[in-house]
Amino acid sequence: MRLISYKPQLTPWSPFDRMASLRDLLDSAFELASSGGDLNGQRGWMPPLDIREDEEKVTVTLEAAGLKKEDFDISLHDDNLTISGERKSEVGKREGESFRSERVFGRFSRTVTLPSQVKADGVTAAYMDGVLTITLPKAEEAKPRKIEVNAE
Amino acid sequence: MNEMIKKEAPMPTKAERVDYLVPPVNIHQDADGYTLEVEMPGVPKSGVEVTFEDGKLTLTGHRTGRGEEGYTYRESSESDYRRVFDLDPSIDSGRIEASIDQGLLTVHLPKAEAAKPRKIAVM
Repeated sequence: MRLISYKPQLTPWSPFDRMASLRDLLDSAFELASSGGDLNGQRGWMPPLDIREDEEKVTVTLEAAGLKKEDFDISLHDDNLTISGERKSEVGKREGESFRSERVFGRFSRTVTLPSQVKADGVTAAYMDGVLTITLPKAEEAKPRKIEVNAE
Repeated sequence: MNEMIKKEAPMPTKAERVDYLVPPVNIHQDADGYTLEVEMPGVPKSGVEVTFEDGKLTLTGHRTGRGEEGYTYRESSESDYRRVFDLDPSIDSGRIEASIDQGLLTVHLPKAEAAKPRKIAVM
C-alpha cells in the first residue's frame, strides 16, 4: 500500500528538458559503466560550484546542503583550489522504513583553477544555508592597475 | 468569440510560467509519522514556504539572490525549488512541523492519533 505518492510532473513540461534529462540519464549510465559501477550504491556526488571574480577578489561557492562546517576540507596549491568533504549517511541509524531515497551521500572532491593569483593567507570560508563560500583576495600583481600618464 | 476561447483554454502565458528545480528528497516513516528531508541549498529560513491544501503538501524554497554579475564559471541555478506531495489522509495536518538547517529542509508529518498502531489488550 502506497501512502504517499510522488507527482513527477511538477514543472511545466518542456521537450528540451526531457531531452536534457534523457541525455543526463545516458551520461550517468556511461559514467557508471566506465567507473566499473559501485555495488555499495555509494555514488560519488558533484555539488554545483560557481566562480565569481571582481577587481578585489575571487569568490568560489559550492552548494551542498546538510553538512557541518567541519565536514569540509579546503586546500590551495598555487592557483588550484580543492574543496572536498563528506556527507554522512544517516540511513540505517533510524528505526522505521525508508520510502524514497534520492539524496546522495558520501565523499566529494572538486578542484578548480582560479582565474587569477590570490593571497593565500587572506583566504576565508563560510558555510551558510547549505552554501560554502570561499573568498580569496587577489594578489597585488593580479589587481587591475591604473597607469598614470606623465606629462614631460 | 475571444471570450469563449479564453474560457475554454486557460493556458498560462509564457510570462507566468516559472521553472522550478525539483530537489532530491528522502522520505522516512516510523510509528509516529513521516519525515521528509529535502535539499535546498541557498535557501534561508525566510525563503521556505510550506503549504497544505486539498491534501497536497507543497514545499517551496526561494533563494536569496546572489546577483547575476561577475561569474566566470557557473553550475548553480537561479531557480527556486518546489515539490508537491499527496498526503496520506491519516496525517494530522495541524501538527506538521518544518525546519531548515544548512539548506536541508526537514518536515515532520505526524499521523493522527487514531491512525497510529495500537496494541489491544486481550481481555
